[in-house]
Amino acid sequence: MSEVLVLVDHVDGAVRKPTFELLAIAKKLGTPAAVFIGGAGEAAGAAESVKKYGAEKVYVVDDAEIKGYLVAPKAEALAQLVEKTSPAAVLIVSGAEGKEIGARLAVKTGSGLVTDAVDVDEDGTATQSVFAGNFTLTGKVTKGTPIITVKPNSAAPEEGEGAGTVEEVAVTISDGAKTAQIVASQPRQASGRPELTEAAIVVSGGRGTGGDFAPVEKLADALGAAVGASRAAVDSGWIPHTFQVGQTGKTVSPQLYVANGISGAIQHRAGMQTSKTIVAVNKDEEAPIFELVDFGVVGD
Amino acid sequence: MNIVVCVKHVPDATADRKFESDNTVDREGVDGLLSELDEYAVEQALQLREGREGEEITITALTVGPEKALDAVRKSLQMGVDKGVHVSDEGIAGSDYLGTSLVLAKAIEKLGAETPVDIVFFGMASTDASGGVVPAMVAERLGLPQVTLASLVQTQGDQVRVKRDGDTATEVIGATLPIVLSVTDQSGEARYPSFKGIMAAKKKPVETFTLADLGVEAGEVGAGAAHTSVEETSARPPRTAGEIVTDEDGSGAEALAGFLASKKFI
Ligand SMILES: Cc1cc2nc3c(=O)[nH]c(=O)nc-3n(C[C@H](O)[C@H](O)[C@H](O)COP(=O)(O)OP(=O)(O)OC[C@H]3O[C@@H](n4cnc5c(N)ncnc54)[C@H](O)[C@@H]3O)c2cc1C
Ligand SMILES: Nc1ncnc2c1ncn2[C@@H]1O[C@H](COP(=O)(O)O)[C@@H](O)[C@H]1O
Repeated sequence: MSEVLVLVDHVDGAVRKPTFELLAIAKKLGTPAAVFIGGAGEAAGAAESVKKYGAEKVYVVDDAEIKGYLVAPKAEALAQLVEKTSPAAVLIVSGAEGKEIGARLAVKTGSGLVTDAVDVDEDGTATQSVFAGNFTLTGKVTKGTPIITVKPNSAAPEEGEGAGTVEEVAVTISDGAKTAQIVASQPRQASGRPELTEAAIVVSGGRGTGGDFAPVEKLADALGAAVGASRAAVDSGWIPHTFQVGQTGKTVSPQLYVANGISGAIQHRAGMQTSKTIVAVNKDEEAPIFELVDFGVVGD
Repeated sequence: MNIVVCVKHVPDATADRKFESDNTVDREGVDGLLSELDEYAVEQALQLREGREGEEITITALTVGPEKALDAVRKSLQMGVDKGVHVSDEGIAGSDYLGTSLVLAKAIEKLGAETPVDIVFFGMASTDASGGVVPAMVAERLGLPQVTLASLVQTQGDQVRVKRDGDTATEVIGATLPIVLSVTDQSGEARYPSFKGIMAAKKKPVETFTLADLGVEAGEVGAGAAHTSVEETSARPPRTAGEIVTDEDGSGAEALAGFLASKKFI
């Protein structure tokens, strides 16, 4: 069986959960092979984690030379791996960075790109949810190596030891790929809560909270959930933009989404409509969010 | 200085968007407009010019799309862009990201034939496809550095500083012109066209290019050249209306807890 490359999504070597979801999908398509682009000292730990979720192979690319240069060098490294391994498909986590890596890889390898898949079949057919979740679309890559970016929470991670054979890969990165560099970085303070896009439960607050996020946070902590927000709450300065859910914020599809004081504008719905169960609390019984809910409370 | 802003004409997100029987986006039956997120790109281009007083800066709005797509260029002209370019050709219909990005890249090359293009501005994503991948593809094709999702763009001479709110950190990116940039809706409200702007726009030059003008072969783009195929589109079944309780006496919290417990969330 051909290998299916899974680009490992990690923060300083700590592998994030969507990578394990992609490995589960990769098993359906071929032999899961993880690609770790990161620090040499972090590779062993990362390899150990992806092995637990079925990676048969772990390609390690040392990023000493390319760290801080955004997506272009990563796409070059991945293109060289595609050349070397002729994989059945390449799977990447659908975040801003993942999609851009996929985009550049598609141009480099003359391959089709499917973004934001919520499911991928054995034969490579990808399902997408478009127009703010109002339409479901299935499609396939017909030319080149299928490059598919998959949204977090689209598959259940499957534990199961793979061989996890580590192979270090030397790549050559062009100077042209090293032209935009991070010159300053201020890490966000860890909230101790799950990451918004990965969380199984998201509790969000909107303008209707009146700026008091304490009840939202309290409920989130009681449920072990991540905190989200509408743009109105973000624009009011109540919560940083990284917590925004919607078209210009994060897209989430948790098991449970709880919207508090959020009207349910189309741009907000675009980011949460694929949630499995939706609950809303809103004092206006006419609020559009109630069209989506499994359970709603009219009140505050 | 030569600046190009890529603007897309999209079906109105608040209208009833749908697909044609051939699974392409219905661009005829639904009202269209300049993608809201591209207005921010136009705004940033205009602000950049305003901030570099005394320099000669030309801003061109570029769109690829059917006849109606010209509206996106018009709106950009009304906001203050100097000239427009509309690439329109039957052969482009049904293009995927690879096709669209090829046409955009070729058009940008043509626009830079005499004075090289210094900055190509993009919106963060189109409101219909919302892939957010075209800027990266165009950068790849043009061999230019790319900094996407900027919430703040500053330039000085040929140096560019961009602020972006990443997933795990707020970052400042440094790069040198020429460059491809995309900007988010955090970059600052886009201006409304003034009456004067609307009148002035009528006299601004708009060029139309065909594929032949750009030296793109018909077989390179369009539905036939697409690297992806859409097999099926279906309207998502409406969510079955859920249970809604009205909280008049403080019983809402209890009812909510009951629901969450029944679904085993607590
Ligand atoms: C280009 C563009 C991109 C956008 N992107 C996004 C995006 O990514 N994400 C996003 O969320 N929005 C986005 N928006 C904004 C979106 O259109 C809405 O304006 C926004 O989602 C509204 O937020 P809200 O629901 O919190 O506020 P409102 O619409 O003001 O709703 C507040 C709700 O709270 C209820 N309420 C008030 N008081 C109480 C109370 N005490 N108890 C209970 N309920 C109460 C009200 O009945 C009302 O329904 C975007 C807009 C544009 C133009
Ligand atoms: N047909 C088009 N014409 C002009 N610009 C486009 C077109 N398609 C995409 N773009 C630009 O690319 C950005 C991202 O688009 P997308 O990758 O489709 O989300 C948009 O915000 C536009 O700036």
